[in-house]
Amino acid sequence: MKKWLLHICIIILFIFTSCTNEPVGEYVAVPTSSPLQIPQLFEENILNPIIPIDNPQTVEGIALGKKLFFDPILSANNTQACADCHAPENAFTDSSRFSDGIDGVFGNRNSMPLFNLAWNYDEKFFWDGNTFGLEHQAFVPVSDPIEMKSSWAQLEAELQQHPEYPNLFQQAFGASTIDSTLVTKAIGQFERTLISSNSKFDNYLLGKTELTSQELNGFNVFMDESRGDCFHCHGSDKNPLWTDNIFHNNGLDETFSDIGLGAVTGDPADNGKFKSPSLRNLNFTAPYMHDGRFTTLDEVINHYSEGLKNSVTIDPLMKKLTQGGVGLTDIDKTDLKAFLLSLSDYEFINNPNFKNQ
Amino acid sequence: MKKLASILFTFLLILSCSEDKDDNVSQVSTTFNFTHNWEGTLVTNANFNTIQYINANGEELSIEKLRYLISKITFQNTNGKTYIIDGYNLVDVTNNSNLSFSSVTTIPTGDYTNVSFVFGFNNDDNYNNNYPDLNSTSWNVPEMLGGGYHYMQLEGKFIDNTTTETGYAYHAIRAVDNSGTNLEFEDTFIEVNLGEVTITNNATFNIEMNIAQWFKSPNTWDLNVLNNMLMPNYDAQIMIYENGQNAFSLESVTQ
Repeated sequence: MKKWLLHICIIILFIFTSCTNEPVGEYVAVPTSSPLQIPQLFEENILNPIIPIDNPQTVEGIALGKKLFFDPILSANNTQACADCHAPENAFTDSSRFSDGIDGVFGNRNSMPLFNLAWNYDEKFFWDGNTFGLEHQAFVPVSDPIEMKSSWAQLEAELQQHPEYPNLFQQAFGASTIDSTLVTKAIGQFERTLISSNSKFDNYLLGKTELTSQELNGFNVFMDESRGDCFHCHGSDKNPLWTDNIFHNNGLDETFSDIGLGAVTGDPADNGKFKSPSLRNLNFTAPYMHDGRFTTLDEVINHYSEGLKNSVTIDPLMKKLTQGGVGLTDIDKTDLKAFLLSLSDYEFINNPNFKNQ
Repeated sequence: MKKLASILFTFLLILSCSEDKDDNVSQVSTTFNFTHNWEGTLVTNANFNTIQYINANGEELSIEKLRYLISKITFQNTNGKTYIIDGYNLVDVTNNSNLSFSSVTTIPTGDYTNVSFVFGFNNDDNYNNNYPDLNSTSWNVPEMLGGGYHYMQLEGKFIDNTTTETGYAYHAIRAVDNSGTNLEFEDTFIEVNLGEVTITNNATFNIEMNIAQWFKSPNTWDLNVLNNMLMPNYDAQIMIYENGQNAFSLESVTQ
């Protein structure tokens, strides 16, 4: 009987001692990984996209970035969102030559279209490459005095007091304190999903459609060093980005009111150089050039054909300067335009994932 | 008897420990450094964008871009056996990148009758592979010229015969005549032979390119005539090939 009682006591003692106060951690949401869907032509032909190791793509991060992208809360007076100057229907650029900020003050450069940004391998953003990294790029307009004219302290406070955002940041990053780093990370994630890869020409390369004879000749003009010679700076059938993302002086001016890359590097040899834009989606991205000086593609083609202006830093690839350019025939001009328009991706501008809905 | 067996065993053990010649052959790594000069004067990207060189034809010129491809580094030993270093390297002087190339491939120490590399790609490498890194940096040759890849892009400005600063784009590719219905090719990749070398340790090859040589001999290059649109120019590509034969030299090997 004594032995039996002793056993009971030991068991009870064991139960009691095992019931210590175990600290129960707060539930932390783990964001769901959402790797970029790399298009076939990209996968086959070019290097992998740049995804920062400290900002992986997640379902929650992308959704939050999208909400922020379309939300005027980012501006000082809550009137302007990123999408105001980067409209989806314009392949995320502005149809106006220059964009105005919240005070109606205009900038001096055309808004850059946004797509395939994760494949900007050198990670130099803006027309003059003044900013390294997509997250850093997203950081700039919020406090720019002629754009959103807010301050990060103000925006962080507004977001922190917002009925929805704290929870969304918690879900996306597991953080209860909202700061500029997390805001730009989210916007960066959304912007990296803006992939354009479904133009008629893409489908031609994939064997899904045929080009017209005009488009085919236009492609040959593009690739022919004796005619258009566009491929040295603007990609090819082997480089579906249709840009080299490098800075060139393409003969727009003899003297420069805006020195572009030169102001960033401080090197006079870089004066008048601006980033080659992608030739995708030209049907939606007018006006053209860093200052939006050309309203039509015809003007652009005429520029390279007979409108080049010489200057000290003009790119050596801008040939036949004494005659103003490569001197394309009217047929070649028309066909080149037809080819360029075949790079337009209607699915991209109509993608509901990229719209504010 | 047991003692005798032990002595015999020990004796055999000692005898078996003779020198094995193979033990002296070790695998070493190699590095190739590329430096550039204009007739002996060092050229780096710091010297770019200023007209300061004079070519054999007397034209003053600058360099704004220089990048070129090297591939198939090959070591041939005294037995005729060859060791090929994996990979290729796009030397980019403009951006001061890839001026040094090291491979994971190792080679045995020993005497080699020749070390060589290919300037550009040989035809097999040029057409039978798709290189995402080279595509990403727009290094391709259009299909209308047979496809494949550039061998070199040398660009800049020169003072032409009207004293006007004019651009030049000296691009090397495989020579192709596209004037007929079929493309007619001539091989213009260059096998650069660096000569004999004895490898005793990890080795660094210091290779020089004399940029002036591309304009010099056997063809005195007239930039007034040949300054652009050289890719579809078959004769120009042959001249580039001929001038490139002596553009590279082995400055030293350190090990």
